[in-house]
Amino acid sequence: MSAQSISNLFTRPRYGQDTLQQMDDIGVGSLPIVLLSGFFIGAVMVLQTGTQFERFGQVSLTGDIVSLALVRELGPTITGLLVAGRCASGIASELGSMLVTEQVDAMRAMGTDPSRKLVSPRVFATLLVMPLLTAISVFIGLIGGMVASVFSLRLSATTFWQRAIAILEFSDLMQGFSKSIVFAFILSTVGCYQGLNVRGGTQGVGRATTQAVVVSSVMIIVADTFLTRLALYLADKL
Amino acid sequence: MDSLSSSSVTALRSDSEAAIHFSDVWLGFDEGPILRGLSFSAQPGETLVLLGETGSGKTLTLKLATGLLRPDRGAVHVLGQDLFSKSEEELLRFRRQVGFVFQEGALFDSLTVGENVAYCLEEAGASEEEITPRVQEVLRFVELEHTLDQLPSELSGGMRRRVAIARALITRPPIVLYDSATAGLDPITSQAIIILILRLRDAYGVTSLMATQRLQDGFALANFHFDPKTRTVRRGASADSARPAITRFLVLREGRVYFEGGPEELLKVSDPYLQRFLI
Repeated sequence: MSAQSISNLFTRPRYGQDTLQQMDDIGVGSLPIVLLSGFFIGAVMVLQTGTQFERFGQVSLTGDIVSLALVRELGPTITGLLVAGRCASGIASELGSMLVTEQVDAMRAMGTDPSRKLVSPRVFATLLVMPLLTAISVFIGLIGGMVASVFSLRLSATTFWQRAIAILEFSDLMQGFSKSIVFAFILSTVGCYQGLNVRGGTQGVGRATTQAVVVSSVMIIVADTFLTRLALYLADKL
Repeated sequence: MDSLSSSSVTALRSDSEAAIHFSDVWLGFDEGPILRGLSFSAQPGETLVLLGETGSGKTLTLKLATGLLRPDRGAVHVLGQDLFSKSEEELLRFRRQVGFVFQEGALFDSLTVGENVAYCLEEAGASEEEITPRVQEVLRFVELEHTLDQLPSELSGGMRRRVAIARALITRPPIVLYDSATAGLDPITSQAIIILILRLRDAYGVTSLMATQRLQDGFALANFHFDPKTRTVRRGASADSARPAITRFLVLREGRVYFEGGPEELLKVSDPYLQRFLI
């Protein structure tokens, strides 16, 4: 189903309107939780690391560590987990409900391929919005970190921001970006798969919804480990 | 268990002329085979009423007739085409020639009535100028023109079935399959649905396969006809000799055809199993 959803993007018919609608649902709809959690994760990172750096008189390093952690790891992973919780479950329950009420069969009976109409727009929309959500989450996380460092560590906003930017390399941005793409693919395909494989009526829809969140969250964390290892390996080689 | 034979007039026609032809169809799932060598034919313009207990395979038969399921064994020909030699993509195109009315309507709950009815034409890439009058025409046919902008959740069960019929008709298919179209409806609403099916059959010559547990629906189709000239439902067979509406009954039992015949033949049977349907 994953391969089919991607190959559908290269052949007609394409469902541009449905993709835009899904981008709105998944992207704009997830913005509030991404903004809120991003801000406080940045702030708590500063609070946790700043007190340790204070012991060595290296408070100015806070910007470096928070920036690297957010861009490489926390930004994509936390965004992935939040969007998985919100959207993988939503996708699974929506498609599952359509399946048990025979709407998917009705679609096929009217000559529409459900994988084109239902799966591809969701997968494509998630692939497009996840890097944007991750970038927004990282930016807001840095703002949260900056606010916390100014009020808690008495570090100037300029120092925090300058260090946070200066430490980043292109490979760090690529690491975060590629992770967000992989996580988007995982959560959207898991949501669609669970939804379109519901068994057992409304009870099955509930089960599929839970499964979608559990499976996609675990897969995101496992994939994160391997992607980090790969990124470190590539960083050593290049 | 031997099938009871029929002397129906349609038996005189060859299977190659049939609008729908099942030949020794087997289909099963984890719990074992459901259909065990199902064979029957429906001629163009004919109405075939599929009767049987719950789980006897009525819905499966309809889904096989539109290629939504593939049989484990056997062949299904619809409109002269062998469905299971087709790829899924070819089947998607083929299905636009067959209307399917699902048991609960299966309307898309996030779309309005108008959008539901227009769905098939929009998918086929028809223009707005073409779609709007067609949608109004079929909604007028089911007497639900005023519901165009309503959501399915705002309609009653009977209205949802009528919208489902309108949606199935939008492409003017030569075959319409009804899956328990009157199940769970009150007698008056059921009658309204049956009259729609009668009108569709007698005004447009549509071939129908109707799965039902309500014998009275089958007898209503067999004993009444719709007169397009006077636009009324009348008792007896159609006077239009060019388009004689034939209604036959097909009773499924244990995955096979147990009885096949017209209403008179069904009323005369002394078989205890069939008698249970007549009580």
